[in-house]
Amino acid sequence: MTKAVPISATVNDEEVTLLVEPRLSLIDMLRHHLHLTGSHVGCEMGACGACLVQLDGDVVHGCLTLAVEVDGRAVKTIEGLSDSGAIADLQAAFHRRNALQCGYCTPGVLMTAQELLSKGGVPSRADIRDALSGNYCRCTGYEAIVDAIETTARQRAGLDTATTGTDHG
Amino acid sequence: MKAPAFDYVQAASVSEAVAAFRACEGEARYLAGGQSLLAALNLRLSAPSLLIDLGRIDALRGIDVDDGVVRIGALTRHAEVLASEIVARHVPLLSMAAPFVAHPAIRNKGTLGGSLALADPASEFPAVALALGARMEISDAETTRLVEADDYFVDLYETAIAPGEVLTAVHFPVARSTQVFAFDELARRRGDYALIGVAINADGQRGHVDAIRIAFCAAAPTPKRVPSAEAELIGRDLTDETIARAVAALSADLAPDDDAHMAAATRMHLARVLLRRQLATLKAALVGDGVNGS
Repeated sequence: MTKAVPISATVNDEEVTLLVEPRLSLIDMLRHHLHLTGSHVGCEMGACGACLVQLDGDVVHGCLTLAVEVDGRAVKTIEGLSDSGAIADLQAAFHRRNALQCGYCTPGVLMTAQELLSKGGVPSRADIRDALSGNYCRCTGYEAIVDAIETTARQRAGLDTATTGTDHG
Repeated sequence: MKAPAFDYVQAASVSEAVAAFRACEGEARYLAGGQSLLAALNLRLSAPSLLIDLGRIDALRGIDVDDGVVRIGALTRHAEVLASEIVARHVPLLSMAAPFVAHPAIRNKGTLGGSLALADPASEFPAVALALGARMEISDAETTRLVEADDYFVDLYETAIAPGEVLTAVHFPVARSTQVFAFDELARRRGDYALIGVAINADGQRGHVDAIRIAFCAAAPTPKRVPSAEAELIGRDLTDETIARAVAALSADLAPDDDAHMAAATRMHLARVLLRRQLATLKAALVGDGVNGS
């Protein structure tokens, strides 16, 4: 039996203290211990992007980060980003453009999109696809996702004032 | 899957890390960014009894340039390498290869030192280190030694790092104005491991090659230089003819095996295609006396 490790971290702006097994991944800590089930578990090998969360502001894989590694650090999940309203425009654009079907990949895709858009400017569609290279979506074929991210980028840059996404709903 | 159980200790210094390694009776592994190690644990390809986390050792961070050498701390993350102006200016080949390393979220946590310590033959930075003649700074907490890239890569996932030693930094020579570089790889999906990749570091002027180092990734159990191909180019002008001779010489340098991804003959074909393309890119750069091909 291995020795459990006490950790303290900030999760979605709240202090949490936990006793965790060293082998526990960050994504399992968030889902099983903190019941933050918005981030999903997919491949557990860093390929699918379903488990992406922010660690000290950078997007990382929850499956390739140990819970013990986040001691003293700040984690933000899709719940935190969503509740703060920081990605409300992005979420609305996904809704309008029907950029999700089953929704399993969506929290991770939103994490990637928000990091890309936070760099400012309007990324090209090729840049958006490049940023999404680590996010598997098996439903949409990506086109609508790229549209929604591009639309949000243009809105944030003040280029589009109104909704321009095609309504497929 | 979930990782097998292990114990965990956080090291505050290289000395602490080495002491923990030596005190461990079972198998100990150092943890840097964990982007390969944690995946391997989840796949149960590895089952160490102790993980020694190097992640809080601040002395292993940072990018400095001094006396013709860019020293990059082992814990420098791929995203930091990609964004570094020092790297872009003085080690352009590393900047050119960085966008090919995995996906953005992996680059946010994976480290240069982790990549070179693991030495996955398909990954980009080991091939770049070999092409540039980088030197690996390795410490056992008492002494620090520098190992030339040509002596560093030993076999599949095997390097000159002895058990318990820590790779603390990588030293890259500052690029000279006469040097030109190229990097490219072929992968099924952007960010996947390369099916074949090549890093080239050439020095010369007006189309003449004075020196060249060509290193392939995903072509052998280690990143692999191709001395026969290099010999066809050194001391000669880079022309369609010398490029063709270098490409033809690859069969003396590379002998990949059939594997789950493709047949050996296919991989050799792709290696030739990639080398021909990248040398053609360099030809234009070298003739124009410009720094940094592609």
